[in-house]
Amino acid sequence: MLESRRFVIIGFFALVGIIYLLRLFYLQVLDESYSIESSSNSIKRVIEIPFRGQIYDRTGKLIVYNTPVYDLLVTPYKARVDDTLRFCQVLGIERRDFDSLMNAASAYSRVKPSLFLRQLSKEDFASIQDIMVDYSGFEFAKSSLRTYTAPTLANTLGYVSEITKGQLEKQEEPYYRQSDYIGQSGIEKIYENELRGKRGTKFVMQNVSGVYKGPWKGGELDTMAVAGANLYSGIDLEVQQYADSLMVNKVGSVVAIEPKTGQIISMVSAPTYDPNILASRYFSKNYAALARNPYKPLFNRPVMASYRPGSTFKLIQALIGLQEGVITPESGFTHANCPVGCHNHPATGTVALGVMHSCNPYFYNVFRRIIYKNNIQNTFKASAVGLDAWHDAISKFGIGQRLGIDLPSEYKGNLPNKKYYDRFYGEYRWKFSNIYSLSIGEGELLITPLKMANVAAIIANRGYFYTPHVIHGIGDGKKVNPEFLVRHDTGVESHNFDPVIEGMIGAVEGGTARRSRVEGITIAGKTGTSQNKRGDDHSIFIAFAPVENPKIAIAVFVENAGAGGSAAAPIANLIIEKYLTRKITNKALEERMFKADLMSKVILPGQKKPISADSLKKKLISADSMKKKPVVKPITAPKKQ
Amino acid sequence: MAENKPITKNVDWMVVLIYIACLGIGWVNIYAAVYNPEVNMSMFDLSNNAGKQLMWIGTAALLIICILVIDYKFYETFSFIIYAVIVFLLVVVLFAGSNINGSRSWIKFGAFSLQPAEFSKLAISLAISKYLSDPAISLTRKLKDYYPIMGIIALPAFLILLSNETGSMLVFASFAIVLYREGMPGFIPSIGIVTAALLIITLLFVKWYIAGVIIVIAGLAIWLMPVMTRRRGGLWATIIIAFVMIGIVFGVDFFMNNVLQKHQRGRIMVLLDPDSDPRGIGWNVIQSKIAIGSGGFTGKGFLQGTQTKFDFVPEQSTDFIFCTVGEEHGFIGSAVVVVLFVSLIARLVVLAERQRSRFARVYGYCVAGIIFFHFMVNIGMTIGLMPVIGIPLPFFSYGGSSLWSFSILLFVFLKIDAQRPFTLSRG
Ligand SMILES: [Zn+2]
Repeated sequence: MLESRRFVIIGFFALVGIIYLLRLFYLQVLDESYSIESSSNSIKRVIEIPFRGQIYDRTGKLIVYNTPVYDLLVTPYKARVDDTLRFCQVLGIERRDFDSLMNAASAYSRVKPSLFLRQLSKEDFASIQDIMVDYSGFEFAKSSLRTYTAPTLANTLGYVSEITKGQLEKQEEPYYRQSDYIGQSGIEKIYENELRGKRGTKFVMQNVSGVYKGPWKGGELDTMAVAGANLYSGIDLEVQQYADSLMVNKVGSVVAIEPKTGQIISMVSAPTYDPNILASRYFSKNYAALARNPYKPLFNRPVMASYRPGSTFKLIQALIGLQEGVITPESGFTHANCPVGCHNHPATGTVALGVMHSCNPYFYNVFRRIIYKNNIQNTFKASAVGLDAWHDAISKFGIGQRLGIDLPSEYKGNLPNKKYYDRFYGEYRWKFSNIYSLSIGEGELLITPLKMANVAAIIANRGYFYTPHVIHGIGDGKKVNPEFLVRHDTGVESHNFDPVIEGMIGAVEGGTARRSRVEGITIAGKTGTSQNKRGDDHSIFIAFAPVENPKIAIAVFVENAGAGGSAAAPIANLIIEKYLTRKITNKALEERMFKADLMSKVILPGQKKPISADSLKKKLISADSMKKKPVVKPITAPKKQ
Repeated sequence: MAENKPITKNVDWMVVLIYIACLGIGWVNIYAAVYNPEVNMSMFDLSNNAGKQLMWIGTAALLIICILVIDYKFYETFSFIIYAVIVFLLVVVLFAGSNINGSRSWIKFGAFSLQPAEFSKLAISLAISKYLSDPAISLTRKLKDYYPIMGIIALPAFLILLSNETGSMLVFASFAIVLYREGMPGFIPSIGIVTAALLIITLLFVKWYIAGVIIVIAGLAIWLMPVMTRRRGGLWATIIIAFVMIGIVFGVDFFMNNVLQKHQRGRIMVLLDPDSDPRGIGWNVIQSKIAIGSGGFTGKGFLQGTQTKFDFVPEQSTDFIFCTVGEEHGFIGSAVVVVLFVSLIARLVVLAERQRSRFARVYGYCVAGIIFFHFMVNIGMTIGLMPVIGIPLPFFSYGGSSLWSFSILLFVFLKIDAQRPFTLSRG
């Protein structure tokens, strides 16, 4: 019985064969739409890559745009270079470069054009265009180069470079091809899909020798390239560059936020470099130099570096204490019976005074009350319950989690909870006396400069914040990412901010930051001194101003610069003044901060003490020294053959 | 049997002739696909695919001699061992393989590379044949007899899936043909075909309309059904079938939108409407149809093809080799290739049916099924009747692994067939 199934099987095979024969007959003989007008024509697909979107600052100034450049392509089998010496001279390359470029091109394909030299400027192109006619097999293709109006914001903007092999293979849809550009970091990476635009495709007919013979099917399948969307940022380019100049010869960060919107006004990662050097033909060389630099200029400190918040954290402790009712604005604490040390200062009889003088014992006692809530029967259990409640309250300030800024690799930081200490000590084996260093922002706390700037914005807003973001508008309609319009509440009521802000004003007027106060602007600020294993303390300052109607909230971190009042506070206050008034009254302070060389205090990994920074500073590529060298050497009138 | 016989004795010459014809036509077309009028290129130069293919053909001939020299009993006796070795290679390649075009499935020897996945077809064929050679196994009655077969197929399939070579894995669907011949109930392949048809219909039409049409047809069937059939369960059977079909329609919709990845969805959508994506996968299909279509009745002539040169899909000498045939040799050339394949496959079925042992018959059907599946999917893809699945056209496509594996597959069967006069019936 089963044997008869052979006929079903053979019948099925034959049926498929017949269907295919009919289909072939239809395609090849009956259907005219697939025959090409002239049998010697072939159809080629040409991909047009549109201009990448431009990026603007908050005043409408261009930050990033595109410069048209020309790539020189070679088709190896067609290439005829009889006079290699002159050819190399014209292009300003060495003989061995010529050989290796040629070999690389041949290895890719003998018949397809491949890249020979990248990114010749318009001027260079104009000067060699006529000469290149003498050499067959070479052609120019239009391309574009990212150009930055100012040598700033390198890490925030990120860079664009040739797609890597790994990225090429990993892409979900086949969009990029070999040697295409793609945003690799910063804004260029996060907004790659918006910035890249839409590629155009043209189907053209050409004859055997590659001569254009018109569009295929009248261009009905062609699509136009659509330029990438422009991005609108809250960056103030003038303030940004001013902040840059204050951070010269220092290692650290500046983050300034507009509290009412969460827009980033300025973001400095020091040391920095001119972003133009990674958009040039010298990308690999420059990238390697930056990667080797011991001060890590490619490390985006504002969102990636982690520090202990030090005394700036006392602000949050005070707010939580007030909100939970364990202290009142009139609570006072003395230095008595306290394991943490302090300095000499007037009595701290109120929250405002505690903040103003940054009294360590004061906040030791505040934190103790937050944890125990006056319940000291079972200190182990109470500590566990208290810490988790505290953890939840602090989390609402964005500590210990990613804020969700539109920059890659944001560091989460660390905010310990019960589980965290259970792992070290075991459950109910630890209590307040094990964790009290958290009270003054030391211990296991880790934050980023961005988070502390956000804390300043929360205090400025008296209780809420918007996710900090660099870009607030996409495209012509300035479309806003809805996530950036969500108001995040901290759960601390507005009136509880009064004593804290009062203390912050006091700190700037007559407290730890008094030396950098600005005439005519009420600034509320708080210094911090972050202990660390390597070298001197980090200098921290967070502030907002003007207190009456806050327009800017700022955090400044300067590594190994000592107390918060010495470096971070003056820099922050100068930036605030610049942003609010566009001028600087205290020229002497400004001059001192421009000149301060605090980089020499930084101890590099693997070193025991700071090394004279002069020897290393040379390795940092200054923007000037890398001014694009002429790609093409001046040509002495070539003889016509 | 001490006398010295030539090793070619009793070998089926028709199959050998078709095999040689395929290799010859294939090689000439590989040369045409890579040919460039402006570069002086020799067919025998090892730096191009045509030259390399000639080397693969030469080595395949050596392999064939080895296969014919080895005693025919070897293949049956060592079936499971061969299977185990190839599965082992599939595991090795997962960890130590070289990555080519995003799939980690190659073993490299200098400029040449081999793909163990290609040989899994041989392994599974031998193992299934060996398993079914036990006369106690019945595919008609016992469900549990299917489990070992599923296992034999699933193990290499899983390993191949891990190495990202989905195309080679789909080929295992061809074993349905041999299982059908050996007694698998006819409704199983029918369900497969109906499901595939429903899948395509679902993608083309609104799913509620299809559901409506199915209900109407079911209603009509019940209405027209003889009363006796209706009473004997025909009513419920029809209703259940209709519901299952509607379930498939909605399931496919869900599957397309929620389970498949975007590029996989793209491949299926492009099959139905290549113009929907002229920039992406659709371009391959459009180019391929232009190339074949522009060949006309007689073709543009050897080396005269324009469309299949340069800016064509990268696989022009491998998966899209049929385009070169279609463009340069027109309908005549294409038809010859189709007829060659159908005759080869039909001849293999005839040979399989004359075997006395069940092992040999099953193996013969496996070979026929595999070659048929490759033929159907590969050519179907180039003429826009199948989705773009990267599997080679047997004996035509450039590539050592596929040429070797198909040659071994085929000649092991010819060797077994040649010994048929001396084999006692066991089945
Ligand atoms: Zn004190």
